[in-house]
Amino acid sequence: MSQLKPPSFAFLITLLPWGASPAVAKSMPVNLTQGVTDISQQVYDLHMTIFYICCVIGILVFAVMFWAIIHHRKDKGAKAAQFHENTKVEILWTAIPFVILIAMAIPATKTLIAMEDPSDADITIQVTGSQWKWHYKYFGQDVEFYSLLATRQDQINNERNKRDNYLLEVDYPLVLPVGKKVRFLVTSEDVIHSWWVPAFAVKKDANPGFINEAWTRINEPGIYRGQCAELCGKDHGFMPIVVIAKPEQEFNTWLASQQQKIAEEKAAEQALLSMNMTMDEMMTLGEKVYLKSCAACHQANGEGLAGVFPALKGNKIATEDVLKHIDVVVHGAPGTAMQAFAKQLKLKELSAVITYERNAWGNDTGDLVQPAQVKAVMDQKDL
Amino acid sequence: MTMESSIANPDMTEHGPHHDHKPSGFMARWVLTTNHKDIGSLYLLFSFAMFLTGGAMAMVIRAELFQPGLQLIEPNFFNQMTTVHGLIMVFGAVMPAFVGLANWMLPVMIGAPDMALPRMNNWSFWILPFAFTMMLMSLFMEGGGPNFGWTFYAPLSTKYSPDSTAVFVFAVHLMGISSIMGAINVIVTIVNLRAPGMTMMKLPLFVWTWLITAFLLIAVMPVLAGAVTMVLTDKYFGTSFFDAAGGGDPVMFQHIFWFFGHPEVYIMILPSFGIISAIVPAFSRKPLFGYASMVYATASIAGLSFLVWAHHMFTTGMPVAAELFFMYCTMLISVPTGVKVFNWVATMWRGSLTFEVPMLFAIAFIVLFTIGGFSGLMLAITPVDFQYHDTYFVVAHFHYVLVSGAIFSIMAASYYWLPKWTGVMFDEGLAKLHFWCSLISVNVLFFPMHFLGLAGMPRRIPDYALQFANVNAIVSIGGFAFGLSQLIFLVVVIKCMRGKGEKAPDKPWEGAEGLEWEMPSPAPYHTHLTPPEIK
Repeated sequence: MSQLKPPSFAFLITLLPWGASPAVAKSMPVNLTQGVTDISQQVYDLHMTIFYICCVIGILVFAVMFWAIIHHRKDKGAKAAQFHENTKVEILWTAIPFVILIAMAIPATKTLIAMEDPSDADITIQVTGSQWKWHYKYFGQDVEFYSLLATRQDQINNERNKRDNYLLEVDYPLVLPVGKKVRFLVTSEDVIHSWWVPAFAVKKDANPGFINEAWTRINEPGIYRGQCAELCGKDHGFMPIVVIAKPEQEFNTWLASQQQKIAEEKAAEQALLSMNMTMDEMMTLGEKVYLKSCAACHQANGEGLAGVFPALKGNKIATEDVLKHIDVVVHGAPGTAMQAFAKQLKLKELSAVITYERNAWGNDTGDLVQPAQVKAVMDQKDL
Repeated sequence: MTMESSIANPDMTEHGPHHDHKPSGFMARWVLTTNHKDIGSLYLLFSFAMFLTGGAMAMVIRAELFQPGLQLIEPNFFNQMTTVHGLIMVFGAVMPAFVGLANWMLPVMIGAPDMALPRMNNWSFWILPFAFTMMLMSLFMEGGGPNFGWTFYAPLSTKYSPDSTAVFVFAVHLMGISSIMGAINVIVTIVNLRAPGMTMMKLPLFVWTWLITAFLLIAVMPVLAGAVTMVLTDKYFGTSFFDAAGGGDPVMFQHIFWFFGHPEVYIMILPSFGIISAIVPAFSRKPLFGYASMVYATASIAGLSFLVWAHHMFTTGMPVAAELFFMYCTMLISVPTGVKVFNWVATMWRGSLTFEVPMLFAIAFIVLFTIGGFSGLMLAITPVDFQYHDTYFVVAHFHYVLVSGAIFSIMAASYYWLPKWTGVMFDEGLAKLHFWCSLISVNVLFFPMHFLGLAGMPRRIPDYALQFANVNAIVSIGGFAFGLSQLIFLVVVIKCMRGKGEKAPDKPWEGAEGLEWEMPSPAPYHTHLTPPEIK
């Protein structure tokens, strides 16, 4: 049956050049990160301690086994002994592992208790997962924003070269101060996600309807990347986390600039209400927004995924009553995966994307939805 | 009908074992069979077919992950592949393979003429092909098959799941019914049908481990049935077991699931311990070291398996006291597991070893399962688990214990008993080729996954950051090689089934012990019609 082997080898050889393609040159650490917090260092130390203990036990046990395999072979004339129990040895190899376990459990317990104490935090961030993005809210600071994957679809589809931080880059990273105790309140709006930054040794599930606590105190400024760690649907692999840690002074400056930016945006929204935008403007902006916020489910061609996400092309909501269409986009569709976009998008973006959906892919209703219309639907329901 | 009465009717025993009375015709022989050996063969062949099916899905997964970027399949289909791969391997490959081995070997080993409940035995097998056909067909429904992971966490599996979820739930119900019936049959057979003199502490360890496994099955399969039923009613009938908006709790789903799921992983490994405890003494020509401690260790592992479920859920936000409890209990499991490994090594020590293919697989099992055990111990340490959880480190861990653990033990058992089942010796050259190809490729496949996990690659993602690319390419190559290696096994088995090979003696392995080696090869259709006397 050796004829099975050559074809399998040929197959492997044909695959090899792929693995060596130039896009793939980045090197990977082969061990757990030591991270940039005291806790992550403790976690790393625990990891190494346990790893070494396992190695020593493994080497001892396998050394005995391979000694037997080499020396106690029948073809070397070994005659089998007939012993089959030894109470002393058996008690010994039950008791010794038990003692080793206790020695492991003590530092593990200490670290765990420290990790689970989020009290006396200097700053609190609410982290909310939803399909497939993160939302960060700085408590008591009037600063909040969504954070979406910044890698473009054409890189994912191999139509363009992948950049260095492929799949690990976002549009708005979370910014945190160095040296301060930061408390995270983690929750979700739909399915379970898990917020994980390896450099902080923080991984906490985001459960819909419940709030989990975690904390970190970052020792070094820098950019730290992580990913969602709980299967959360189709684009689970595409909701990264990026944290920029800044010295306290810089952080405060950043926070103030954000507050100002948000205030300015609110003012601009007000001004927008009395403005009318042209169809061209709307369609250009609308397409951009659609690709960022809608295409993950409804697909770029508006055809959705049969049986999972409805098509917008030819969809009644997108071609008939405008108010109903605005309502669904703004408030979501309860009981389905359709999210409420009122908070996620600006007024201008909402009206543009709705206009786009009503005129793209042959929907051709000719409807032009203005910010004021969207605002009217928003206010009516929010009351 | 005739065959059944031949088992039930003591008058027939005078015909002796050489009058086989095999029913003729496909229907009568295979579909209506109540013969434990036929049903055992059906189970084994079915599980092998499922192993190849689930394996094909793994090949799809590894092909997509060969390079960064989306090449072959869409993320939604990727999720269906990981989900159905897991479900098929757990419920379609490993579990039925063990039930098949139990069917074939338990009555033979304890001196019983058949399983205690032969008609139920037939039913528990024939449910399975329907259950798995249904589940596989759901892949072709609009919206696709199950895509929420084999762990089907709510609310991803309730509010956000495809319409095929109802089919998935029904299929899992059928698998559960089949498992429970199989387990009842095992318990009743072992308790009632042992030959005179076959006391409990004389039972071969494979029988002991299966007895304990069967109790685990009966304890936890109803819990799984409850979990899927709640998913069904949450999705279709407006209940809110797992929906906070209606007063439920999504984390409760995980508690219920893992209360089933953790004993389930021992269901998939305890019979392996029994197999290895038969093979290691046989090829060491030396009695098993510490028989009694093996039995107690198995029972303790089974008992502890009910106290550790939440170690799968350390990141869900449990109170610190609960995390400590589950960490300590999980660490404790390594004590009885260690005892088993020490006992096997002590059995080999000062033996007279030979290395036929079953022994090769058994030794590989001991080494690789222990590696999986070590990573299990590392995962038990809660603070570090926060880093490992839901990464490729976990994928590496459970594939070490399930593939190079459970599946290697099934391979070992197959090679050990194939001469008894088919009456011919397997092609040793091919079998050795199968072993070495599997051993090398399984490590190329799963060992680098530890590094991927430590470097931070989450599991269940269809695309990954560039730093993970080289290692993923190596893993995929290992995967393709491992998949292809199993086709060698297929050839070996087919050759044996067609009777191609040297005629097997009654006892092909010099050091083997047990009632199965005191009968001709192949084992006659009916055995132990007169109970043997055990001294």
